[in-house]
Amino acid sequence: MAHSEQEILAGLGEIVDEIAGVPADQVTPEKSFVDDLDIDSLSMVEIAVAAQDKFGVEIPDDQLKDLKTVQDVITFIQK
Amino acid sequence: MNLPPSPPGARIVAFGEHQPSGVVTNADLAERVDTSDEWIQSRVGIKERRIAGPDESVLDMAVAAGGKALAASGLAADDISLVIVATCTGLDQIPNVSASAAARLGITAPGAFDVNAACAGFCYALGIANDAVRGGSAGHVLVIGAEKLSDWIDWTDRSTCVIFADGAGAAVVGPSEAPQIGPVVWGSSGERADKIYLREHKYLHQEGQAVFRWTTTELSAVALTALERAGVAPEELTAFVPHQANLRIVEAIARKVGAPQALIARDIVTAGNTSSASIPLALSRMVGRGELPSGSTVLTLGYGAGLTYAAQVLRVP
Repeated sequence: MAHSEQEILAGLGEIVDEIAGVPADQVTPEKSFVDDLDIDSLSMVEIAVAAQDKFGVEIPDDQLKDLKTVQDVITFIQK
Repeated sequence: MNLPPSPPGARIVAFGEHQPSGVVTNADLAERVDTSDEWIQSRVGIKERRIAGPDESVLDMAVAAGGKALAASGLAADDISLVIVATCTGLDQIPNVSASAAARLGITAPGAFDVNAACAGFCYALGIANDAVRGGSAGHVLVIGAEKLSDWIDWTDRSTCVIFADGAGAAVVGPSEAPQIGPVVWGSSGERADKIYLREHKYLHQEGQAVFRWTTTELSAVALTALERAGVAPEELTAFVPHQANLRIVEAIARKVGAPQALIARDIVTAGNTSSASIPLALSRMVGRGELPSGSTVLTLGYGAGLTYAAQVLRVP
């Protein structure tokens, strides 16, 4: 089942809050995970795994390195 | 055909450990590569580690840890009929470490072989020792995990040189009226062999994100299966002692195992990742600090290159 951009953004906000302690309202599409949200490479793996559980879309490690911003992840999940 | 008499179970009689004297702090590493104490502690959880000098080999550390376990057991050297060394970092392919270690410890003509299951090696070796005692093939077994990762690290690679370290831990296993070592649950995933490797005598390489994903999503199930096979509930655990790969991996697996009352081994903070030595080293140090009273029920979980993994429940002597 496809998810809307808003649904994915809200879901990512919850995930990032839980894993990295970054408040969900700071998780906006233009933010870079590393540079703006201070999320490291291991937390990115945890976020990818949680996103997979939530949205049913696998994000492999070799793709993960190309997903720099919140919008990149939203686009990947929608694709 | 005859079979030897076999005891109802096996137990750990004593532990021993050895760490080289050289302490390398995060500040020391920050002088060599672009890293910092804050970065290492937040990513890996290590404050300092021990690194052996050029004159101290895997064999030397195996002998030191094995000798302490043997002394603590109260047994004579010749009571040991099998020596197993879990290691993957010896400089020599031939001869093995175990036969030489046995000779230096004064153990006469025991069975002696090395196990390479990388960081899962100690749990594999303990599983084999348990079965050897229960099957009557050995009276007492000396099981050692000994590693000198520092010989295989690119000291200019900040992704690996901050993680790995040197050390050894050992246990003496003997017969028991009641089983004090549970069934080993082991397995492997060779299709992912390229995630951690050391080829052609160069440097250890690992894909950190892939290893992190594997360990934090798939291995708690192995630990829970070991509990189930032993008939032990998570609530009965005194401690959980997984391989000390990375503090974040240790804590993520511990959360999923779900034993909030259990002490979680965090030996990595001052010992680094010592591969197959990390579990017996952590156990021996925890026993030494009085954290694991006699009879404590402990869950171990080893995992590493191969990929390989193994878990079992044991009771502390």
